[in-house]
Amino acid sequence: MSGPLAVAVVSAERSIWSGSAKSVVAKTPEGDVGILRGHEPMLALLMEAPLRIELEDGSNILVAVHGGFFSVDSDTVNVIAEVAELAQDIDIDRAKAALSRAQAQVDSEDLSPVRRAEARLHVAKA
Amino acid sequence: MGAQLRVYRRRIRSVQATKKITKAMELIASARIIRAQNHLKASLPYLTQLVDAVSAAASHASDVSKHPLTAKSVNPVRAAVLVITADRGLAGAYSSNTIKETEALTHNLNEKGMEVVPYVVGRKGVAFYRFRNRATGGDYTGFSDQPSYAHAKEIGEELLKAFMTPSAEGGVDEIHVVYTNFTNMAIQQTRVRRVLPLEVVDEIVDTTTEGGTGTPFPLYEFEPSAEEVLDALLPRYIDQMVYLSLLNSAASEHAARRRAMKSATDNAEELIKSLSRAANAARQAEITQEISEIVGGADALSA
Repeated sequence: MSGPLAVAVVSAERSIWSGSAKSVVAKTPEGDVGILRGHEPMLALLMEAPLRIELEDGSNILVAVHGGFFSVDSDTVNVIAEVAELAQDIDIDRAKAALSRAQAQVDSEDLSPVRRAEARLHVAKA
Repeated sequence: MGAQLRVYRRRIRSVQATKKITKAMELIASARIIRAQNHLKASLPYLTQLVDAVSAAASHASDVSKHPLTAKSVNPVRAAVLVITADRGLAGAYSSNTIKETEALTHNLNEKGMEVVPYVVGRKGVAFYRFRNRATGGDYTGFSDQPSYAHAKEIGEELLKAFMTPSAEGGVDEIHVVYTNFTNMAIQQTRVRRVLPLEVVDEIVDTTTEGGTGTPFPLYEFEPSAEEVLDALLPRYIDQMVYLSLLNSAASEHAARRRAMKSATDNAEELIKSLSRAANAARQAEITQEISEIVGGADALSA
């Protein structure tokens, strides 16, 4: 079972990344899920968190996804997010500013702006 | 130089300047159509995935027809109409076509006893309602030619909020979108689409079976659960519908502007042609007159 997974990351505005990978690790409301080849069909929501794609050569790609879901079916993983950003598309300074802005006006009920900013920074720094 | 000739020359220069502007606008519009088309194409994978996921979740969720977004109101009293117009003019009848369609829809809904709350995209539409002192539910301007998903989301959330509010408290029971569908460079049509209450389920199952794949949905394991996935996906579906309408309209706006500017350029060319003919005739008449004056003068002297 060492064949690759076909992975596609799509945002509302465009297709972000596609290719083959060894594994995908995503964060769902129930916790982290790792997907390898042969995973059963699955449709899950995504949290605002970095999504990790491990390529066949062992290197990692991190994608900051903000709201969306992913589906797994016959070794094809489709990640569908409203907004998804690769590390090179993220402006670190802007992300930092967004984080401090989000922290400043945080009300205890909605943490998602903070989480979104943190995910973005995490991806950019990796 | 004679007065008449001078007037002709001045008019030619002015028409030439106008022609340069319209030609430039035509070229810009053609370049933007292509960009808008690319945006449209780039958003399609997301839509197909979303539609597949929604229908998969819908087919597993316990009772879809009772979902608040799909349930029809028994006695609808108010409807929201999202009308998408241009921010700038010089696009032929583009904006007035959607406004006309909206007026017809408004009339229809009024006859069914529903009050209509317009939500307006584009300065032209906003000006239309403001001039007539008619209240709108929301005005969105500044992005009609290059809409982004963030804009669509803002509108989608606003509409959804209005829909989720009970009609007794000023909420709406139906949401329609009037937009211009971009078929190709030559064909764009004004369309009306009802977004809410959703008819996703039948509609989507149809598209997937006709769409060639025809395979039944895999037995997905849903996380957290089919109902929750559906709850999270349906608002996205609405945002995406709004986004798609905005993109289609933007492409159509550029196409309409290109066409309007092309005919303006053609008209300017024609005008220049007839004006230079008239100017040439005036110049010739002037020369003839001068010759006859000289000859007349010489005759008078020698006589």
